Amino acid sequence: MPDRRDWPLFEVFVRSRRGLSHAHVGSLHAPDAQMALRNARDVYTRRQEGVSLWVVEAAAITASSPEEKDAFFDPAGDKIYRHPTFYDIPEGVEHL
Amino acid sequence: MNDHLSGYALALGDDALVAAQRTGEWIASAPQIEEDVALGNIALDLLGQARSLLTYAGSLEAPQRSEDDLAYFRDAAEFRNVLLVERPRGDFGAAMARALVLATYLGELYERLRTSTDEMLAGIAAKAVKEVAYHRDHATMWVLRLGDGTEESHARMQAGLDAEWPYVDELFDSSYVDPRLVDAGVAIDPSGMREPFDARVGDVLAQATLQLPAVRAAEGGGREGRHTEHLRELLADMQGLARAHPGATW
Amino acid sequence: MYGNDFTAPQADGQDAVREGHEDFWRVVESDGRIEPRDEMPEDYRASLVRQIAQHAHSEIIGMQPEGEWISRAPSLRRKAILMAKVQDEAGHGLYLYAAAETLGVDRAELLDKLHSGKQKYSSIFNYPTLTWADIGTIGWLVDGAAIVNQVPLCRCSYGPYARAMIRVCKEESFHQRQGFEALYTLSHGTPEQKAMAQDAVDRWWWPSLMMFGPHDAESTHSEKSMAWGVKRFSNDELRQRFVDMTVPQAEALGLTLPDPDLRWNEERGHYDFGEIDFTELFEVIKGNGPCNQQRMARRRAAHEDGTWAREAAVAYAEKAQQHGRRTAVA
Repeated sequence: MPDRRDWPLFEVFVRSRRGLSHAHVGSLHAPDAQMALRNARDVYTRRQEGVSLWVVEAAAITASSPEEKDAFFDPAGDKIYRHPTFYDIPEGVEHL
Repeated sequence: MNDHLSGYALALGDDALVAAQRTGEWIASAPQIEEDVALGNIALDLLGQARSLLTYAGSLEAPQRSEDDLAYFRDAAEFRNVLLVERPRGDFGAAMARALVLATYLGELYERLRTSTDEMLAGIAAKAVKEVAYHRDHATMWVLRLGDGTEESHARMQAGLDAEWPYVDELFDSSYVDPRLVDAGVAIDPSGMREPFDARVGDVLAQATLQLPAVRAAEGGGREGRHTEHLRELLADMQGLARAHPGATW
Repeated sequence: MYGNDFTAPQADGQDAVREGHEDFWRVVESDGRIEPRDEMPEDYRASLVRQIAQHAHSEIIGMQPEGEWISRAPSLRRKAILMAKVQDEAGHGLYLYAAAETLGVDRAELLDKLHSGKQKYSSIFNYPTLTWADIGTIGWLVDGAAIVNQVPLCRCSYGPYARAMIRVCKEESFHQRQGFEALYTLSHGTPEQKAMAQDAVDRWWWPSLMMFGPHDAESTHSEKSMAWGVKRFSNDELRQRFVDMTVPQAEALGLTLPDPDLRWNEERGHYDFGEIDFTELFEVIKGNGPCNQQRMARRRAAHEDGTWAREAAVAYAEKAQQHGRRTAVA
C-alpha cells in the first residue's frame, strides 16, 4: 500500500518560447510547489533559459468528463482529473 | 606569471572535477528519481566547469597538457583540490550539507571572478555563476526540508553538517593564490569571501533550525597536494582504464 | 516497450473484449487516440498500465549498468556524454510513469510492484557491463533495438503513451549515435581497444536480438495488443528490421557479429540469421541472470535509504501549510 507520505502529483505546463501558450507536457511528484517547479525545470526543460513553467497540483485541476461519464477508477464523483552534432559518423552509414 | 596562473586554474579545476566525480556517484542512488535528474545536472555543470578550467590550465603549461592528461595522468600528490570535495559521498544529509557549502563558496568565487582581468577566467566564471546559483538554491531547498522536516531528518542533517564543517576553513585559505595575481585582478583572494559565505549559510541554517557546528577545523593541505586516502581511491577508480591504455584515443 | 522480453510466452486465451465498448473501438480503428478519461475496456487499461510501467522500470534499471562506468569513463568528454545519457534515462522513466499514472495508478504502487518483482523490466539490463566497450555497445545495439520498438509506439492508440514516446524518441537520437561513435573510436584504435570492442559485441548481440521477445508463433498476447492499436508490428518483423539496419553498421565499424549464419538473402531482400536460443532469455527472466539480484538490490536500497529524506520533505510541506507559509526557496 503506498505510503500517505508519498509526494503528491503535479501536472507540468511549459511555454517553450514567446508567442506560444503553455502546453501540458507531463507530470511529476514533488513534496510541494516550489520543489515541483525546480524538478520540472530539470526534467522537462533541462534548464533552458527563456522557458516559462507552470506546475499545478493534479488534485487542484477540475476536468470535464466526456459524455458525463465518470471514469470507473474514480468512484467518488468529485475526485478530479488525474491522469501523460556533434558526433562524427562515417559517411554512408545509415539509420543513425 | 603563467605558472601561477596555470596553478590557480588547476586548483579551481581540481575542485570542480573531484566534486563532479562525487556528485556523479548519486546517479541511480538518489532518494527520488527526480533527484537523480537534479544531481545529474549538477554533476554535469561541475564537470563542465572542470573541463574549461583544466583545459585552460593545461594550455598555459610548457609543454601543454590536455584536460585528459591532467585528469587521468596526475597522481594524488599533484592534485590541488580542497579536502572537502574528496570526502566520501556519505548519506543524503551530508551530501546536501556539502552541496550547500560548496555552492555558496563557488557562488561567491565566481561572482568575483566574472570581473577578472583574465578574459578566459572571466568567461568561465560568467557561465558558472548562473549554474552554481541553481546548485545553491537546490541544496538550500533540501537543507531546509531536512533540517525542519522530521526529528530523524533533523538529526541526520545536523550530523551531516557536523561531519562536513571541519573542511570549510580550507576553502578560504588564500595561501595558495599568488598575491601578484590578486593584485593584477586576475585571481580572487578567498579570505575576503568568508564573511558573506557565513552570512548566507548562517541564514539557511537558522531557517532550517540547525546549529552552526562548533567543530575544530581539519588539517588542510589539499592545495599543496597533501590528500587523504579517499582521493587516492577516487583516482584509482577514475584513472584506471585510461592509464591501462596510455596514448589511446577514446 | 523497451523490449518485448519481460515474460515467457503464455497462453492468453481471450480475444479483445468488444461488446459495450463501441466508442473505444471506433476511435482505435480509425487510428485515433484514446485519452485518459475515455471509456475503455478494463483489459486495455490493465495491459497498458503493465506495459507502460515496465517500460518505465526498464529506463530506471537501465541507468545502473551504464551508470557504473560514469566514474571510470576514460576521458572527460565520454564521462560527460555518459552522465547526460544516464540522466536522460531517469527523465524517460519519469515521462513514462507520468503516462502510466493517467490510467489511475500511483507511481508509488508501480515502484512497489517493481521492488517486489510483480512487475518486470527489460531483461537486457540483467547483463553486466564488463568493459568500457560495453558502454558503446549498449548505445549502438541495445538503444538501437529499443528505438526500433519505440518509434512505432509514437503512434500507439493511447495518447499519453504516444506523446511520452515522441518526447523519448527525440531525446534518444543522440544515445545510439554516441554509442556507435564510441565503438568506432575503439575499433579504429589500438589492437587492445579493437579486441575490447569485438568482445563486447560478441556478448551483447544475441541478448539484443532477444529484446524483441519470443518468435511470433509463441507470442499469443500480441494479437490483442495489435487489435488495440498498441502493438503495430510483430516481434519478428521488428527483429528483422533491426538486423537489416545493424549489419551494415557493423561493417562500417569493422567488427563482426557472432553469427555464422548471418547472410544477405537476395530473394527475401533481408538478412538471414541464425536460430536464437531463447532458453537463456527465459532463465534471465526467471531471475537467474548474472545481475538480477544486484540490479534489484541497488534499486531497492536507493528507495529505502531515501525514505527518511522523502518523508522529511512531506513533513516540511505540511508544517508550511499549517503555518500558512509558502514553501521556501532561499
